[in-house]
Amino acid sequence: MLAKPASTPMSPGLHAPHSLRNAVIRFAGNSQDGIQSIGGFLARLAGRTAQEVMTYMTIPSTISGGPSIFQVHIGSGEVLHAGDEADVLVAFYQHSYDSHLGALRDGGVCLYDSGEVKEVRHERGIKHLGIPFTAATVEAVGGSTRDRGKNMFVLGLVCAVFNLDKEKLIGIVSRQFGKKDESVLRNAMLAFDAGFAYEVGDLERFAFEHGEAGDGHRISTDGNQMLTAGLIAAGVRYGAAYPITPWSSIMESLRTELPKYGGIYVQAEDELAAVSMTLGAAFAGHLAVTGSAGPGLSLKMEALSYASMAELPIIVINVQRGGPSTGLPTSVEQSDLMQAIYGSHGDCPRIVLAPQDVEDCFYIALEAGRLARKYSCPVIILSDQALSSRIEAFAEPDLDVHWVEPHIDLSTRREDYRPYPLDRTTHHAPPGSRMSSGKYPVISGLEHDEWGHPSGSPKMHSQMTAKRRQKLIDAAAEFPLPKVHGHQEGDVLIVGWGSTYGPIKESADRLPAEGFKVGALHLRHLHPLPNGLETIFNRYEHIVVVEMNDYGAYGYGQMATLLRARYCNPAIKSLCKTDGLAFRIREIVTGVEKHLAGAG
Amino acid sequence: MSTVLPSATVTEPEDRLTKKALTADHPTWCPGCGDFAVLNIFYRVLEKLQYPHEKIVCVAGIGCSSRFPYFMNTHGIHFIHGRALPLATGISLSRPDVHVFVFGGDGDGFSIGGNHLNHAARKNVKLTYVIMDNFVYGLTKKQTSPTSPIGFKSKTDPTGSVDRPINPMKQLLASGATFIARTHAAQVKHMEQMFERAILHDGFSVVECLSECVMFYAGAFDDSTPRKGGTFETVDETQHDVTDEGAAFKLAENLAPGKFGVYYQVQRPTKNELEQKWITDTQAKIGGASQKDLLRKRLEAMR
Repeated sequence: MLAKPASTPMSPGLHAPHSLRNAVIRFAGNSQDGIQSIGGFLARLAGRTAQEVMTYMTIPSTISGGPSIFQVHIGSGEVLHAGDEADVLVAFYQHSYDSHLGALRDGGVCLYDSGEVKEVRHERGIKHLGIPFTAATVEAVGGSTRDRGKNMFVLGLVCAVFNLDKEKLIGIVSRQFGKKDESVLRNAMLAFDAGFAYEVGDLERFAFEHGEAGDGHRISTDGNQMLTAGLIAAGVRYGAAYPITPWSSIMESLRTELPKYGGIYVQAEDELAAVSMTLGAAFAGHLAVTGSAGPGLSLKMEALSYASMAELPIIVINVQRGGPSTGLPTSVEQSDLMQAIYGSHGDCPRIVLAPQDVEDCFYIALEAGRLARKYSCPVIILSDQALSSRIEAFAEPDLDVHWVEPHIDLSTRREDYRPYPLDRTTHHAPPGSRMSSGKYPVISGLEHDEWGHPSGSPKMHSQMTAKRRQKLIDAAAEFPLPKVHGHQEGDVLIVGWGSTYGPIKESADRLPAEGFKVGALHLRHLHPLPNGLETIFNRYEHIVVVEMNDYGAYGYGQMATLLRARYCNPAIKSLCKTDGLAFRIREIVTGVEKHLAGAG
Repeated sequence: MSTVLPSATVTEPEDRLTKKALTADHPTWCPGCGDFAVLNIFYRVLEKLQYPHEKIVCVAGIGCSSRFPYFMNTHGIHFIHGRALPLATGISLSRPDVHVFVFGGDGDGFSIGGNHLNHAARKNVKLTYVIMDNFVYGLTKKQTSPTSPIGFKSKTDPTGSVDRPINPMKQLLASGATFIARTHAAQVKHMEQMFERAILHDGFSVVECLSECVMFYAGAFDDSTPRKGGTFETVDETQHDVTDEGAAFKLAENLAPGKFGVYYQVQRPTKNELEQKWITDTQAKIGGASQKDLLRKRLEAMR
């Protein structure tokens, strides 16, 4: 039922291109075949032709080789997910064909490399088309190149089948390959043209409807690149990290980008050093960032506790992956929520946010920066593997509105300056600022009085704990109440956080068709929670929290556990999964229906 | 194009910096602790060098000696166990206009923070690190330290320590530190010289300072304390080339208490310089685009 052409299912025999609202194309090959490049080009093209796009990829946790897929969902309307099933499968090898044919919808099209794949006839109305990707590429490019460039051949083929804007696509390809040797681009274009001109027989041609072009420009990129851009816009110029999948591409970008902005990003010797260096930069007066994935966040915990106690503003990004331990480095999970909120010794208030899609990665970084500065505390951004690598198209952020100029306040502090005032927010005087009183402050991880002197006084510890806690109370009061999508009251409210935003919204739209009144609510502010959620929850019979983590001993996922504890609402139930894959619409719809039928 | 860093020029202090102005809280150390002498000599050296108050940062981890920042009237930060060096690295690299000093003990520096010592040394981060080495864990009341000699009886080794102690000088040489010196808290003149030379060294400088713990390891350094009958033997720099790494290793072979003085000093580009050079070169290549336009261009490339 997904991503069907708006008119009829794909069928041979018609000459005029079929109008499509959206399509899901899955490329299956090995990780070195360049299928991610094809996907990236298509996604970028969609962004430039006013179409929406969302991609999905799996990569093996190996250095090279291994089966890999790249799926592109292109549409002229809102694209909220990468697609449950594919309309078109492009299979490079026998294993790609065998493993992914099941993901093709009834009546879909399978294009395969006839030199590699032995076709198995399937029912379900699937159209099979064997095309010699490898041989045709070799023929087009020349014998010495072996099968390099067959991805470009396939791109040309797809361009022809879907009537894509060839000129724009070539422009995107040229820009990508233009930086390399001239021959690389020439060979790529030879392969592309061969694919474009390949006679595919009676396969129908398609064309996407025109998307609604909004104001301004649209860009297409992945979540990690958007977080990087957001951090720079937020005024981040310093930080440190240790490489770990799927976080590393952010630190790689920051390492090369920040020097342009006068900043430095250090590759630290370990996670503990990384967060410590970042705290050093924060103490020195900068808005600084560190980041990691689950196991790395665990290692940062002691220093994060320090950041709460010493009241230093830092941004910590956690691109979640499957856990526990080394877990599933290249798969998605949302199981670091409890760790992000509570994973340190002592009561250590911190703010935890989660971006809902790639576009939001930019804005959440800005918000994290603002909150860290305002409350002088760590702000954790919980992204995840799915967001890190998937590509979406969206409106380019307006930097005239969102640019934050970095600054250090080195002004002389007044006579009555206290580093840890009980009656207002802590804003430290960085080194270099003079003290009119002549008394210089020491920032401390020991419990301290208002001047930073270590203090074990029972009263002082209570007062300082309350002071640090107050930040969360104040932050909760300023967080906006999320808007409910769909029915504002009724049978079920589907609640989610992070990258499940799109699939949940789409599922909520599907469910009313079954006669239920369904609403969807997505949380961006995970800790503290915005005030007033209970009034929303009370309007629904069932509340199903959809998240990618385990049901646990009591039958509730991590967010569901927190919400039940917070609102004492027995209607809050869980829909969890831990297969390392992003939620499909079908899984959410069926899961929620089960809850509605009383089986949940 | 300007960076976000404050100007690297040193501002003139308002008044002459005195020991009194540098003194903060009274130290909480036990009477007779060697760390008092270290603190006093540090005051004296700063007074001599006249670094402006507000441009000094004292960093420490955890341990008796790591309380140091509380006793210095400068900007200070008392951090978690073993991580003072990476914290100091963050300060030093992001604020070239301040002087970063790190204080700690043998546990903080050689044990829990050992890895960081290797990396800060090889990166040649510009800072001065004073390790007050007393061969014992004092704050936690007598457990074995990484420098405790074999046979030392502690609460964790009641029949005597069995693990070979680390050799700080060798470790630092191997990791690539550009200034390494040993001194003794009971030898204030020598200590003053070592501190001054370390501070003036442009790069990662470490001074290992033997500082007796009178509560849990009294007499640890009697062999090198003349008034206790020992000999305080110093490095003769007319005979020892401080830039010769091999010679420094040989010097480090000396059995305890060994020799005191500068073991090794070479000039290598600091990480601070190299990073700043990268910034300058990159910005020169870009031309005069504003930072906002730079990001705008990056976003445009995603169209």
